[in-house]
Amino acid sequence: MNRFIDWVDARYPLMRNLREHLTEYYAPKNFNLFYFFGSFALLVLVVQIVSGIWLTMHYKPDAGMAFDSIEHIMRDVNYGWLIRYMHTTGASLFFIVIYLHMFRALIYGSFKGPRELVWLVGMVIYLALMAEAFMGYVLPWGQMSYWGAQVIVNLFTAVPYVGPDLAEWIRGGFSISDPTLNRFFAFHVVALPIVLILLVAVHLIALHEVGSNNPDGVDIKKNKDGNGIPKDGIPFHPYYTVKDIFGAVVFLAVATVIIFYMPTLGGYFLEHDNFTPADPLNTPDHIKPVWYFGTFYAILRAVPNQDMGVLLMVLAIALLFLLPWLDRSKVKSARYRPIYKQMVILFAISFVVLMWLGGKPATATYTMFAQIFTGIYFAFFIALPFVSKWEKPKPVPERVTK
Amino acid sequence: MSTDSVNPNRRRILNWTAGVVGAVGVGYAAVPFIRSMSPSAAVQAKATKTVDLTKIEPGQRITVSWQGKPVWIVRRTPEMLETLEDPAVVDQLKDPDSSASEQPDFAANPHRSREPEWLVMVAICTHLGCIPSYNPEPGGDFWSAKWEGGFFCPCHGSGYDFSGRVMAGSPAPRNMAVPFYEFLSDSELRIGKPA
Repeated sequence: MNRFIDWVDARYPLMRNLREHLTEYYAPKNFNLFYFFGSFALLVLVVQIVSGIWLTMHYKPDAGMAFDSIEHIMRDVNYGWLIRYMHTTGASLFFIVIYLHMFRALIYGSFKGPRELVWLVGMVIYLALMAEAFMGYVLPWGQMSYWGAQVIVNLFTAVPYVGPDLAEWIRGGFSISDPTLNRFFAFHVVALPIVLILLVAVHLIALHEVGSNNPDGVDIKKNKDGNGIPKDGIPFHPYYTVKDIFGAVVFLAVATVIIFYMPTLGGYFLEHDNFTPADPLNTPDHIKPVWYFGTFYAILRAVPNQDMGVLLMVLAIALLFLLPWLDRSKVKSARYRPIYKQMVILFAISFVVLMWLGGKPATATYTMFAQIFTGIYFAFFIALPFVSKWEKPKPVPERVTK
Repeated sequence: MSTDSVNPNRRRILNWTAGVVGAVGVGYAAVPFIRSMSPSAAVQAKATKTVDLTKIEPGQRITVSWQGKPVWIVRRTPEMLETLEDPAVVDQLKDPDSSASEQPDFAANPHRSREPEWLVMVAICTHLGCIPSYNPEPGGDFWSAKWEGGFFCPCHGSGYDFSGRVMAGSPAPRNMAVPFYEFLSDSELRIGKPA
């Protein structure tokens, strides 16, 4: 065995990679529950890829056959229902995990230098994931698939000058139709998964170059022992691999309960209107996106002017990219930043409330609340450069705490 | 080769030339991939739709599919046409002259059609592409001001009059689009321009 490894090592940096990324990658010893979600995201990605490959064996990307092929998977294909529910539940869990992962970065300042690129690559992953989820949602060709696609593709008509032509080019037709379904299938199944896998690799390489942050936001590399190993660091393998395996078991147990007992989760994970085949001549009374797009949909609808609404929605995502530069505090963790802590909590509340409002009809009351919470959402970004400069942080410890 | 003979200027020019030629090549190679996503000849071939008008009663609306889009044909009654000039309706319109809206020149008038009686309109709300409903009866508690009849989009609450002109207070920015169409005879209408 050793001779074989030596043979490989002379030709490929196998042991070096294992050391750099696992056995001699020193992560801070004070990780808490929030640090599960990165590895959960990786786990869900694998589940989605595997279940997705098996779904393509039975799915037909044709406007005339797509809906029926889903029913075929659900009724006729052996364990088709299980594989499909894994995929649909996995999609929603992916976003729960990613949102908590991003929230972790917000409260502990993980987006701040020297981890700007980790954050930026992560944001691009988030964008790619939204595109992946949107196109995947169109494939069953139900009413919500069709009308959701209609609304989202029409957002592109707000682009100055080329908008309508751009939307027609995306659709490959004068309306959402067979060519649209076919290309969304190509993007969902081939193009975007490749992009996602590459980006995840870049995300991890960038992270391991600068090292993991921790709930105290202190740099563990400042305190090293005689061997140059951070005193507050422990090797990722075996310590965190074992911890993550335990977490994965709990996570999969929760996922299993949803898959077996509540696969639609009351219309949140699978919308009821999507059990009706797509009908281009009949709009559902209430078009709503899946829950994980609710925040941005609520911001879009909060503005009476369409182009302004689209602009604000784009801005709501774009501002997240700028976080490392909007936050000018030298202290990372919200544990030592009392005002920032309250701002982040308020921001998270507005994010969740908007998410809920995005699934509600656009009545006057709901619209008013959407406007208030859109205001709070953006106030976070506007106040951040100033507050982070003025705020008096509490003393930050030299070493990580419990 | 010794480094003494390196001419950095010439090298820079060669690098740039190679780079620019390469970029042009990539640009040309991208064209077929970009163009292949545009509507195909098969999609373009379904550019027109001919409709029989004889079975439409006054006040009735029918929906036909043209280029995959729903198109309404409404045979408007004289009472409906009167509301188009009614100040109670006209005063709450965003774009009463259709100056910012999409229609052929022949429809840039209050009734937004070739013949006042016949309204031909793409039944897609200009907000986010839903299909509005037909609410010809006056009254109706879904609209904040006085409702004289017209079209109402249930998705995000946009109101339109009997010409598809959008009312103030709607999220929709423009009047609904009127497609190009011609009367082939008294009883036949063709939507779209033949390719």
